[in-house]
Amino acid sequence: MNLTLRIWRQTGPDAPGALTRYQVSGISPEMSFLEMLDTLNEELILTGEQPIAFDHDCREGICGACGMVINGQAHGPERTTTCQLHMRHFRDGDTIDVEPWRAAAFPVVKDLVVDRSAFDRIIGSGGYITAPTGSAPEAHATPVPKEAADLAFEHAECIGCGACVAACPNGSAMLFTAAKVVHLNALPQGAPERATRTRSMVATMDAEGFGGCTNTGECATACPKGIPLSGISLLNRDFLRRA
Amino acid sequence: MGPLPSVFGMALATGTGRRPSTLTTLWRSTVGKKAAMAVSGVVMLLYLVFHMLGNLKVFFGPGELNGYAAWLRTVGEPFLRYGWFLWIARCALLAAVVVHGVAAYQLSRRDLRARPQKYLHQRRQASYATRTMRWGGVILALFIVWHILDLTTLTVNPRGEPGHPYQNIVASFSTWYGGGIYCVAMLALGLHVRHGFWSAAQTLGVNNPRRDRTLKICANLLALVLTIGFLSVPVAVMIGVVH
Ligand code: SF4
Ligand code: FES
Repeated sequence: MNLTLRIWRQTGPDAPGALTRYQVSGISPEMSFLEMLDTLNEELILTGEQPIAFDHDCREGICGACGMVINGQAHGPERTTTCQLHMRHFRDGDTIDVEPWRAAAFPVVKDLVVDRSAFDRIIGSGGYITAPTGSAPEAHATPVPKEAADLAFEHAECIGCGACVAACPNGSAMLFTAAKVVHLNALPQGAPERATRTRSMVATMDAEGFGGCTNTGECATACPKGIPLSGISLLNRDFLRRA
Repeated sequence: MGPLPSVFGMALATGTGRRPSTLTTLWRSTVGKKAAMAVSGVVMLLYLVFHMLGNLKVFFGPGELNGYAAWLRTVGEPFLRYGWFLWIARCALLAAVVVHGVAAYQLSRRDLRARPQKYLHQRRQASYATRTMRWGGVILALFIVWHILDLTTLTVNPRGEPGHPYQNIVASFSTWYGGGIYCVAMLALGLHVRHGFWSAAQTLGVNNPRRDRTLKICANLLALVLTIGFLSVPVAVMIGVVH
């Protein structure tokens, strides 16, 4: 496959940036989007140019590092992470636009790399339980109703990738925060701190400069882990009950 | 919850003892402010249902409509004085409009700040109703001003005869601008209610995956019934059914 790429290049946080055009050839449909970028970077390095900076780690869809907006869609045309997006979803001769996550709370560090530590601070303000848990407990020590376990698990799938913020027209982190809050609030271990957790995480989310939720649903459509929009409703309920 | 620190949440609590009042906490957070929008929206929506039903009396002649309008001033007598009920309703509605508008303005400003840089590769997002909430709201606010000047204070009404709403309505809708402004505003209202009703349910935390479809159908039905009900009057005047 031969492709034309237009990739956001920006040398540093305060430097101006722009889309820069590149040609890549010899891309196989089996390659992942990141491997395609690796191929381009190898060429750039050989010609003495700065390679394109992008975040990645696990390359198996579980770490959430590989965020980038491809043709206006977070993580591209498929509902998956960029590392799990394969080039067979593009056609020979395509022009592909690649931009970093855009949100005031996610400042660009370099090229496609953004600083997502605002998410860490949201987690830090209540995305855990304070009781010392020691090693893994015996599975039946604390009975968990099946429904609660399912709800918690569905929301625990969030990998903190930030696609929800990137896709939201308001740069809102409600889906992410909802995933964390619902996951912990649903379980007996998380129940005692429900009120403070919900209040505290919402307060941090607001303080970090994320936008508000207007229920457009773009987040849940973009989420590679299928965190449901109804999670936001559950977060709202917990917040309003416990404010 | 009172000002007592929660027993369980000590480790998560950020402040030093005294928390601001519940209402302050709510209004300061994006989630609480949205709830204020939802509640004020539902208040206005309830009013609109009764307003629309009252309007339909136009089809039963001047006596019926004018009599109904006169009766509205006597509601609650002898407990309330003549006209008091109407003024209480007006105050409640004004409060709802102000809360709704101020919250919308503040949240919109935050949302725009949260996404300072747009994507270069633009993609159409969300449904038409969802995307037009803000401008639709502005149109409706302007319409309310016009509507009050036209049919309450009769300032801009072509006939302007106090105590004769039927004749004033016919006079207003007989002009191209009177009918036109009204029709455009009612279409905007339909769109606003379509997203607004479901969104309010989501914001107040009463939505869940099982109810989602029903709520969406309700939102569409409500929007349709309100729009058709309100539109029927100017259309009837324009085609001469009501004269
Ligand atoms: S909710 Fe989904 S899109 Fe948002 S951070 Fe979690 S996994 Fe990513
Ligand atoms: S690199 Fe870990 S999710 Fe893509």
